[in-house]
Amino acid sequence: MTAAAPAYLQIQDVVKDFGGGAVAVNHVSIDIAKGEIFALLGSSGCGKTTLLRMLAGFETPTSGRIVLAGQDLAGLAPYERPINMMFQSYALFPHLTVWDNIAFGLRRDGMGKDETAQRVEAMLKLVQLGKYAKRKPHQLSGGQQQRVALARSLAKRPQLLLLDEPLGALDKKLREETQIELVNIVEEVGVTCVMVTHDQEEAMTMASRIAVMSEGRVLQVGAPGDIYETPANRFVADFIGNVNLWDGTLVEDHADHVVVRCADCSHWVGHGITGTEGMAVGVAVRPEKIRLSREAPAAELAPHNRVQGTVKDLSYFGSFTVYHLALASGQVIKISQSNTDRHRDDALTWGDAAWASWTPSSQVVLTQ
Amino acid sequence: MSATLPTTAPRTLPGSSRNALRAPSWWRGRSAVIGIPYLWLLLFFLAPFLIVMKISVSEMETVRFKDVLTYVDGALQLTLKLGNYLYILNDELYFATYLASMKYAAVTTLLCLAIGYPFAYFMARAPKALQPALLMAVMLPFWTSFLLRVYAWKGLLGENGWVANLLEGAGVDHLLLAFGLIAAEGKFMNTPFSLVLGMTYTYLPFMILPLYANLSKMDLRLLEAAQDLGATPAVAFWKVTVPLSKAGIIAGSMLVFIPCIGEFVIPELLGGPQTLMIGRVLWDEFFSNNDWPMASSVAVVMILLIIVPLALFNRYQAQAQERR
Repeated sequence: MTAAAPAYLQIQDVVKDFGGGAVAVNHVSIDIAKGEIFALLGSSGCGKTTLLRMLAGFETPTSGRIVLAGQDLAGLAPYERPINMMFQSYALFPHLTVWDNIAFGLRRDGMGKDETAQRVEAMLKLVQLGKYAKRKPHQLSGGQQQRVALARSLAKRPQLLLLDEPLGALDKKLREETQIELVNIVEEVGVTCVMVTHDQEEAMTMASRIAVMSEGRVLQVGAPGDIYETPANRFVADFIGNVNLWDGTLVEDHADHVVVRCADCSHWVGHGITGTEGMAVGVAVRPEKIRLSREAPAAELAPHNRVQGTVKDLSYFGSFTVYHLALASGQVIKISQSNTDRHRDDALTWGDAAWASWTPSSQVVLTQ
Repeated sequence: MSATLPTTAPRTLPGSSRNALRAPSWWRGRSAVIGIPYLWLLLFFLAPFLIVMKISVSEMETVRFKDVLTYVDGALQLTLKLGNYLYILNDELYFATYLASMKYAAVTTLLCLAIGYPFAYFMARAPKALQPALLMAVMLPFWTSFLLRVYAWKGLLGENGWVANLLEGAGVDHLLLAFGLIAAEGKFMNTPFSLVLGMTYTYLPFMILPLYANLSKMDLRLLEAAQDLGATPAVAFWKVTVPLSKAGIIAGSMLVFIPCIGEFVIPELLGGPQTLMIGRVLWDEFFSNNDWPMASSVAVVMILLIIVPLALFNRYQAQAQERR
């Protein structure tokens, strides 16, 4: 996305105020490139669905502009927009067969019989449902219904595809399989796609970029890896995955590093951080980036970047175990360790004293 | 238990010993709930109907009916007098009256549908808080006697009745006259117009209620999906809302059409010489001519006329169930 060419889909300072206090979508601006799969991620009520409905035309922005491929969408009714949506729980027409469901949009455009038939057959082939063309939606499984809904929304070759919680109605196992399948189909067609989800795993697996939303605002936009490894603020750090957050004060500001003093430990942070001494900051470290050991770790940076505590709880997940380590101040940090060995004799258990340590590069300093 | 018993043991053994002291299995709550209404219908609908059928094929002997089944000198004789039915088939009056009944019932049904569908539609789409009040408004007329309400139309449509004056003022009477729905300018009473108006007014709630029940259950996201796929709101209505409300349309139409065919009171009060319906013919045969076999025959034919659409409806319902 260069500054010269305007983005394919531009959401410019869009506000949606339903009245009654809270603003559903609060001055949101996002640029989305052609062919991108973009996810709006947030918990329920964060405004992501309202934003999606404004793209589809079911809601009108209170202010701001939405521009798709150079065309301002303001004033266009949903049935006039070159945008199709896959609805949450699909909204398939129960009185029509799979075939007629997919053909519904094509017929509205007055497409000829032969061309319609060709297109529907192609769509059925794309989602591998050729055998089910004559079935009614209720005769299909959840996964098959999801594919019909996808075929129906792709049949008109929209300029923009909207997915509203695309996998929300499927069970966990099927969801994981379908995530990849869905992305493959969308990429095969090459359509630009905006999806809404509350499931961060779904967003991370499927999207090329993610916008994390909360209370009507976009808090951070970035690739899944960027959002996970360099969250912009406490909310994003906490919302995406698990995180340990220490509140502290910046006590030393050197040319190549800073030191942040917290209640239980101190953090030596080396990468491009500057600040003023006495500044209140937070330090975030992901559970999988902390090492756990019985003995005090090698004192390279000692006394920084390590802390002693007591194992208060542990949750075994098979491939890894999450330890809850209670620190002197009462703060509990989470540490996840891969179970690379079977039945370790010296495995830590409830009540054991242990040391946690982490490298300087695993820390993220958050100012807000 | 199953572990100790051989698999070939009759399955009823343990159960039957356990239930020995209880009431027989058919006499349980569920059977009773279904059975009692059935028994009621059997006693007070099917039995009388069979009696009516018997009377319709009986011969009158002064004031008594001759027995249909006789046993004389070891010969069992079944005597069915089909003359009444043949008479109905051959006499134009009956045929014309049945046809008129069907016609008025059909027109009433169509009018109820035309008025009731938008009514039910907007009721179902009204704010949830308002819906109970709207539903109440539909049912409110039932709180007054049906007879009283129909009678009121006599005054409203009669000479100098204010509805009559209003219609006349608006020039509606010319239009109605042009279609032959009233007899003369400014005369609204005792015409096909007043009859259909009265029946439509009376039976409208029976159309609205099943339609409302159907439309209020509709998933509104389907309409959004239709619009998203390029259907204007009008197209979405015809292609999605109407097909999905088919069961409601059929139920409402049956509830209006069936009682309308046999309607007696409304044609009697609001109809005229032009609007002879089968209910009136039935009345005349019973009470004026005292010809019970003939009256019974007319009644049987009428019931057949009603059962046919009902059977069609049930078949549709069964098919819809199958498709579910």
